[in-house]
Amino acid sequence: MAIEIKMPALSPTMEVGTLSKWMVAVGDDVRSGDVIAEIETDKATMEVEAVEDGKMAQISVADGTENVPVGTVIALLAEDGEDVVTISSATPEPAAPKPVASKQEASVQDAPVQDAPVQDAPLAETPTPKTVSSPAPITSPPSDTRIFASPLARRIAADKGIDLGGLTGSGPHGRILRRDVEGASASAPMAGSTASQLAVTATAEKGASTLVANNQMRKIIASRLQESKQTAPHFYLTVDCNIDTLLESRKALNALAGEGIKISVNDMVIRAAAMALIKVPAANASWEGDNTRLFHHADICMAVAVDGGLVTPVIWAAESKGLFELSTISRDLALRARDGKLAAEEFTGGSFTISNLGMFGVREFAAVINPPQGAILAVGAGEQRPVVIDGELGVATVMSVTLSCDHRAVDGAIGAEWLQAFKGFIENPVTMLL
Amino acid sequence: MTETKSANKTFDIIVIGGGPGGYVAAIRASQLGMKAAVVEREHLGGVCLNWGCIPTKALLRAAELRHSIDEMKEFGITISGEVKIDLPAVVKRSRKVAGRLSMGVSHLLKKNKVTVFESEAKIGARKGAIRDVLLADGTVLNGKHVIIATGARARSLPDITPDGKTILTYKEAMVPETMPKSLIIIGSGAIGSEFASFYHDMGVAVTLVEAVDRILPVEDPEISAIVQKAFVKRGMKIVTGVKMASLKSDGKGVTATLYGAQEPIKADRAILAIGIIGNTEKLGLDSTKVKVDRGHISTNEWAETGEDGIYAIGDVTGPPWLAHKASHEGIICVEKIAGQKDVHAIGAGAVPGCTYCRPQVASVGMTEAAAKEAGHKIKVGRFPFVGNGKAIAMGDDQGLIKTIFDDKTGELLGAHMVGPEVTELIQGYAIARTLEATEAELMQTIFPHPTLSEAMHESVLDAYGRAIHM
Repeated sequence: MAIEIKMPALSPTMEVGTLSKWMVAVGDDVRSGDVIAEIETDKATMEVEAVEDGKMAQISVADGTENVPVGTVIALLAEDGEDVVTISSATPEPAAPKPVASKQEASVQDAPVQDAPVQDAPLAETPTPKTVSSPAPITSPPSDTRIFASPLARRIAADKGIDLGGLTGSGPHGRILRRDVEGASASAPMAGSTASQLAVTATAEKGASTLVANNQMRKIIASRLQESKQTAPHFYLTVDCNIDTLLESRKALNALAGEGIKISVNDMVIRAAAMALIKVPAANASWEGDNTRLFHHADICMAVAVDGGLVTPVIWAAESKGLFELSTISRDLALRARDGKLAAEEFTGGSFTISNLGMFGVREFAAVINPPQGAILAVGAGEQRPVVIDGELGVATVMSVTLSCDHRAVDGAIGAEWLQAFKGFIENPVTMLL
Repeated sequence: MTETKSANKTFDIIVIGGGPGGYVAAIRASQLGMKAAVVEREHLGGVCLNWGCIPTKALLRAAELRHSIDEMKEFGITISGEVKIDLPAVVKRSRKVAGRLSMGVSHLLKKNKVTVFESEAKIGARKGAIRDVLLADGTVLNGKHVIIATGARARSLPDITPDGKTILTYKEAMVPETMPKSLIIIGSGAIGSEFASFYHDMGVAVTLVEAVDRILPVEDPEISAIVQKAFVKRGMKIVTGVKMASLKSDGKGVTATLYGAQEPIKADRAILAIGIIGNTEKLGLDSTKVKVDRGHISTNEWAETGEDGIYAIGDVTGPPWLAHKASHEGIICVEKIAGQKDVHAIGAGAVPGCTYCRPQVASVGMTEAAAKEAGHKIKVGRFPFVGNGKAIAMGDDQGLIKTIFDDKTGELLGAHMVGPEVTELIQGYAIARTLEATEAELMQTIFPHPTLSEAMHESVLDAYGRAIHM
């Protein structure tokens, strides 16, 4: 039997560690007490010693791998006399270091439609097979980690579509029990569940709180936006747009519009943004490491708040669509997004995102870029403000917008140029109709 | 004296009461490195060991042996000569068993370095984090944590005073000097049913009176019905669904009058077995925030009372009045105090219950009715011992094993057993529940042949229409 060497817990609080360096190679003889690897925790770098004698049969987690959870098998040791080759071939391909954050990111990013919208997320809580961007299949855990869970916990988890891999067991030796699964399931705890009763009584007094399990949508939002803020250097540019003319044009257009069509300010914002992206193509870009991708079309994502999160359906080639068409498309996408009826391809991709919180009276805000896009426009409320026009104090309806740019792909001057173009279209709406 | 508190009067945990809750709590505390003391006013081991579980099992064993003599003939064994019961010897053996175990507890406490004080105890004032516990002789103990494990005593009814001669509680019923010819037992819970079984096997004409509509009211009705039928078949009288209006003694015999059209019942003696009431008096609780509700101390799931640093476990906190529940509560309470990880309160339905009458009864979890009431869609399996080879060979083939599963999850919601040795069998289901096994694991488990436990397997199989021997 091969001896498993696991990521040790080097401190009581350690959950993951970085395997900085292997001090031995496959085939090396190892004696108990030999230093075999260096592990880096959030606090320190420490040496790992072998506790058994044997020959290194397999290194499952490579040098420099970060976020390796405690308990992950990092290598296999053949016992004296045991055939090293047999072990490594008999052992399932160890695969990439065993995830935690890195793997989740990987599964999102490696998905064919790599740029699942940020704030996006699959439609409903239970990912459909179609949803390419949803990480982690529900049942089969990575082959190198056995999940200890009671039969009842497994069955309830399977029934409720809960990924046992994401749970922490409260049973002996971290075994996942029914109460852990039920605690994780935000929806309808079973009648008479001890776990939920305990949770309630335990929190009934001071500091009362409730744990709500994060569904797939929340996890994707969290991981993608965290990735965005941590990797994309954001900068922000704000301009005020006078929308009095735009409001009048809108009124005129709606008077002309047919039954059931009503152009919103947001539709006009989408149109103006699309035109600005075509006019300043350098702002319609995405950072891809060795390359910067320049999009040909203004594929605009609109952020739609849904129950428990948000999704960002895409209006493809928005520059090619007239206001009436844009209005129809955006309304349809928003409605179906709220009903959770979007198909995966309808909310994956896009070159630019617009997030509008004007309806909540937000004056201005800065949005987090929807990776891997290069910019996002945050739209505030149109409100009457005192303005100085030709040296005179007057009143105008003003809408502040803030562009967040990924400085790797979009420089300050490009962003400013884009905003200038956008402001031009908004303040002279006739030009956006060209 | 209070100014010179010596180290040997200061403890991390002081347990008041040395029964199965208290002594177990103290030993666990000591294992966890805490300095523990037990204050016991009478016998280490408490009622369980001295006046309950253990001595009654000794008596019931005598009754069982007496009964098996009647069955000898069927097995081809003839005994010539008169079968006599030497009652004082039966009782003496029962007391000897209790005494031996009480000594055992004393030894265990000593081995675990738990200090034992033989005294009553009263909870005193609190100074900072330290609580005084006052002993009868004026000694003051100081404890960071005080666990009340004082147990309970027989409850009586208004207007009925047990005189210990004709109207008895479990305590006198356990040490009869003579056998009555006839006996009324009021209450058919575990205590009442065990005494009914014992006295009847010893040749006494027993009438068992129960206020609700069936005996063993906490058990699944199907199980109650089987026990009732077996009792009646043996010649016992059972009156259910009737409340007693009065129980009077004239010093020689008792008369029980019942509400309704029932004739008064006369007998030599009566045993009151209508439940117990917590020993909450004289503990000095009045000056604390400990809440006493209808004779029992109110606690949360961690045995905490309303007063910081005071805990209560076992019978004094209310039903189910079971020694193993008390012990487990003691362990949880101490582990929680010690800040142990993974301490979990007792889950609903996790406490198995056993009744050692003939036939034996054992159960864990929900009854069928309770499961339905809780909203479960259920699958129910039944297997009678008449289909079990070992039971037939033993000549003890009456009884049933009933299992209740949640249809959706396969959770074993409850198991209810009546028949030979079921009190020893129930633990199989209790373990399955703790491990959160579903029907699949129970079905996949190999039960050895020939054993009574095969009936447990068959019952599970039956719940899914797969029983083999039926």
